[in-house]
Amino acid sequence: MRERPLILSGLAVFLALVTLPFWYNAAAKASAALELKRPAAATQCVADTAFMRRSHMEMLNAWRDRRVREGIRTQPASGGRVFDISLTGTCLEECHGSRADFCDRCHSYIGLSGPYCWDCHNAPAGSTK
Amino acid sequence: MKITRTGFLGFLAAPLLAFARPAKRWVMVVQTGKCMQDAGCTACVQACHQAHNVPRIPDARHEVKWLWKERFRNLFGAEAIPAAAENRLALALCNHCDNPPCTRVCPTAATWQRSDGIVMMDWHRCIGCRYCMAACPYGSRSFNWVDPKPYVAAPSPDFPRRSKGVVEKCNFCEERLAVGKMPRCVEACPERALIFGDANDPHSEVRQVLQARFTIRRHTELGTRPSVFYVI
Repeated sequence: MRERPLILSGLAVFLALVTLPFWYNAAAKASAALELKRPAAATQCVADTAFMRRSHMEMLNAWRDRRVREGIRTQPASGGRVFDISLTGTCLEECHGSRADFCDRCHSYIGLSGPYCWDCHNAPAGSTK
Repeated sequence: MKITRTGFLGFLAAPLLAFARPAKRWVMVVQTGKCMQDAGCTACVQACHQAHNVPRIPDARHEVKWLWKERFRNLFGAEAIPAAAENRLALALCNHCDNPPCTRVCPTAATWQRSDGIVMMDWHRCIGCRYCMAACPYGSRSFNWVDPKPYVAAPSPDFPRRSKGVVEKCNFCEERLAVGKMPRCVEACPERALIFGDANDPHSEVRQVLQARFTIRRHTELGTRPSVFYVI
């Protein structure tokens, strides 16, 4: 029984190491709710906010097929408004302005290593990484 | 009046023909005599590559090109060309074949032929297998062996770039045609050596030229029916 202190201290070190991520995150000021900047000039999105939050990636996939493969270049929205199907032109230049302040903020908040849209598509000037 | 069989069939088909709008068929005529490439002009190539963010990679093995100058003997085969003209230069680009071999071999349908004749590419879908490059008899397709972005000196904000591992080629400026503009190379040529238009429109300039001048196309024996015509 002479090893008891040794074993207990070993166990304590082990537990501390295993639970380190939890301590670390608790210490860092985590999970403050994310506030996204609202677009300055634009008043209407191509779809409602709940849909865009949930399904913007599917919509963008559908957009790319429609524009590249079917040659359909516009998207009607509610209120009779018609949007140009363009990630750079419509979503960023006309509305959200900056990739870093909009796309990247949310993606990095949820720990998404990143959709690779911007490998090829142009982000408006001043908003690249 | 006697009713003939063809007359009767024509009468039956008349309502259909009234509604049927013939599809466009985009073609290009390269007037090699007007082209100043022998004198060193590369205005069309520069304009195209600038507009489409085509990288300029010094290593020839990694070269990417949409539009380039080529010797007559390589364009048409030495046997078809007088020895004196063998080394003359003319423009080469994707022929947007009416019977394209590249689209048939693509395993992901990343390249296909549109109803207006343009052989399109969807870079989202390209997996870089290079079957299309093997199938194209004109060498019109280039592969991005390395990340092309560092080699695009002044990127154009109006056109996407490409990533490493995809094939690219001339798209007949479909993004400009969609908004009623002529292809960039046609616009940029100071000699107006390139004529572009709808071959199905009897009043188009390109149709007039094809009617008036003898033209040749590259390797017609292969049956690909190119949409790029050369006035020699």
